[in-house]
Amino acid sequence: MIKAEGLTKRYGDKTAVDGLTFTVEPGVVTGFLGPNGAGKSTTMRMILGLDRPAEGSVTVNGRSYADHPAPLHEVGALLEAKAIHTGRSAYNHLVALAATTGIARRRVDEVIDLVGLRDVARKRAGGFSLGMGQRLGIASALLGDPKTLILDEPVNGLDPEGILWIRNLLKELSAEGRTVFVSSHLMSEMALTAEHLIVIGRGKLIADTSVTEFIEQASTGRVKVRSPQASRLGELLAGPDVTVGNVEEGTLLVSGLISDQIGQIASENGITLFELASQQASLEEAFMELTGNSVEYRAPVAERSAA
Amino acid sequence: MTTATVTPSVPTGKVTQVRVLNSEWIKLKSLRSTFWSLFAAIAATVGLGLLFSWGFASRVSDHAHRIDDAATLAVTVPLQPYVIAQLAVGVLGVMVITGEYSTGMIRATLAAVPRRLPVLWAKAAVFGVVVLVVMEIVSFVTFFGGEAILSSQHIQATLSSPQALRIVTGVGLYLTVVGLLGTALGTIIRSTAGAIAALFGILLVLPVLGEVLNLTSWGKHITPYLPSNAGGDLLSNNPDPGSLGPWTGFGYFVLYTVIAMAVAAYLLKRRDA
Repeated sequence: MIKAEGLTKRYGDKTAVDGLTFTVEPGVVTGFLGPNGAGKSTTMRMILGLDRPAEGSVTVNGRSYADHPAPLHEVGALLEAKAIHTGRSAYNHLVALAATTGIARRRVDEVIDLVGLRDVARKRAGGFSLGMGQRLGIASALLGDPKTLILDEPVNGLDPEGILWIRNLLKELSAEGRTVFVSSHLMSEMALTAEHLIVIGRGKLIADTSVTEFIEQASTGRVKVRSPQASRLGELLAGPDVTVGNVEEGTLLVSGLISDQIGQIASENGITLFELASQQASLEEAFMELTGNSVEYRAPVAERSAA
Repeated sequence: MTTATVTPSVPTGKVTQVRVLNSEWIKLKSLRSTFWSLFAAIAATVGLGLLFSWGFASRVSDHAHRIDDAATLAVTVPLQPYVIAQLAVGVLGVMVITGEYSTGMIRATLAAVPRRLPVLWAKAAVFGVVVLVVMEIVSFVTFFGGEAILSSQHIQATLSSPQALRIVTGVGLYLTVVGLLGTALGTIIRSTAGAIAALFGILLVLPVLGEVLNLTSWGKHITPYLPSNAGGDLLSNNPDPGSLGPWTGFGYFVLYTVIAMAVAAYLLKRRDA
């Protein structure tokens, strides 16, 4: 279990992480979501004791990370792409890390097989592709068979097969009762992997909720109607709390009424409907909706054109 | 590829200083740069040492030149290439730590040993012992090789010649401290280029500025304390007037390195990785 309380980090006068309080529970995959620059990596580095919080605290399984006598057995971490000396082989990298806490070489061979790096394990890590580097990072995270896993953007650079592999691996690890905390800036990836979400933007907590609730919260409640008599239907539906948008010829986007009411009105007036569908916000839309004001770096042209 | 999670018997082991030493030993010997740097230091010392000895012997044999202090020079000439060897050893000492900062490895290292200081002690100990052992052997081999060449002119020194044993042993000691000063500066500066510039600025440029200081009445009292002047006293049998003496001078050189290491430890512990 990871517990952050009022976690804050400043760089000069810029606040990268601003009073974050959250708990990551064991047994489920928890996604840590936010736009680039939202403070995800900084938060993860503070959990691992690599960065010192300006205020607040964070504990893993009840203790601050540095106070664990055998940290690799407690927490396995994959940090931003490569934390590997480019001149050393994957095998020696893992053996050196394992040595700090007395892990046997047999376990090094096991994790190398587990991540599928056996053929290149004796080659220098400097020649590794991004995907191979990620696999080596995951191997180091699993080395101590830790109760808690912290993975920063683990699918970066992986091919589709690798993405599927890591998705299943994370689900399996959480099913074994471990705490799994995975960051991503890709909502769609999180929707497939995570059950719980912690969403941040500009260092502040935006949502701490299950994936399902997250989508419902952000749903727009709009109904799409396609009809050959669209303009007449639009006039009939119009009301004080109802807005009718004309998407294209013959298609309306109605908010303020549910699909049942629209179907009823159409039927009463003898209007033919080709399509009547409630619009669920896509995950991406939900994410944009919630983090829209928290995106730090944005091209000016993209200014909320969807809304 | 299987997705089977290996749930093995991984015995829980505490992080101890001995384990961190073992880890750093594995790290040091698994990098090619370690071997290349040491090879450069060995080749420079032995190769140039023999070359200098040969050059000195042929000068002595040329009766046009009479060399008054041949007996004094016979001890130091073969070992003079330590000046070149310190470049390779110093760079390796810097890279022991900056190699981790430049590649990002430092974050993996400090996540594995979050108390941090055991990493610095282990790096210094492992690197220091390796350099000391290797360069002591190299120093003795070079000395005996060089003296064998000088014996052709019957001017060879032996280990029982005045100050010879101290100087031959001193080469390994001096180079070890140079390397450790590099490790300390590397930890403080965290960039390879910056730390190498700082190290050789201190060792090679400061003494040149010291020459200028020597022209002033007060500066004369400062130059003997400059790190490489003080450290170099250990390797000299013909000291400048006002120098600190071999062991006092070397003691100052060690003291500067200990201070640098203390600053490095403080910063390593405090700073974000």
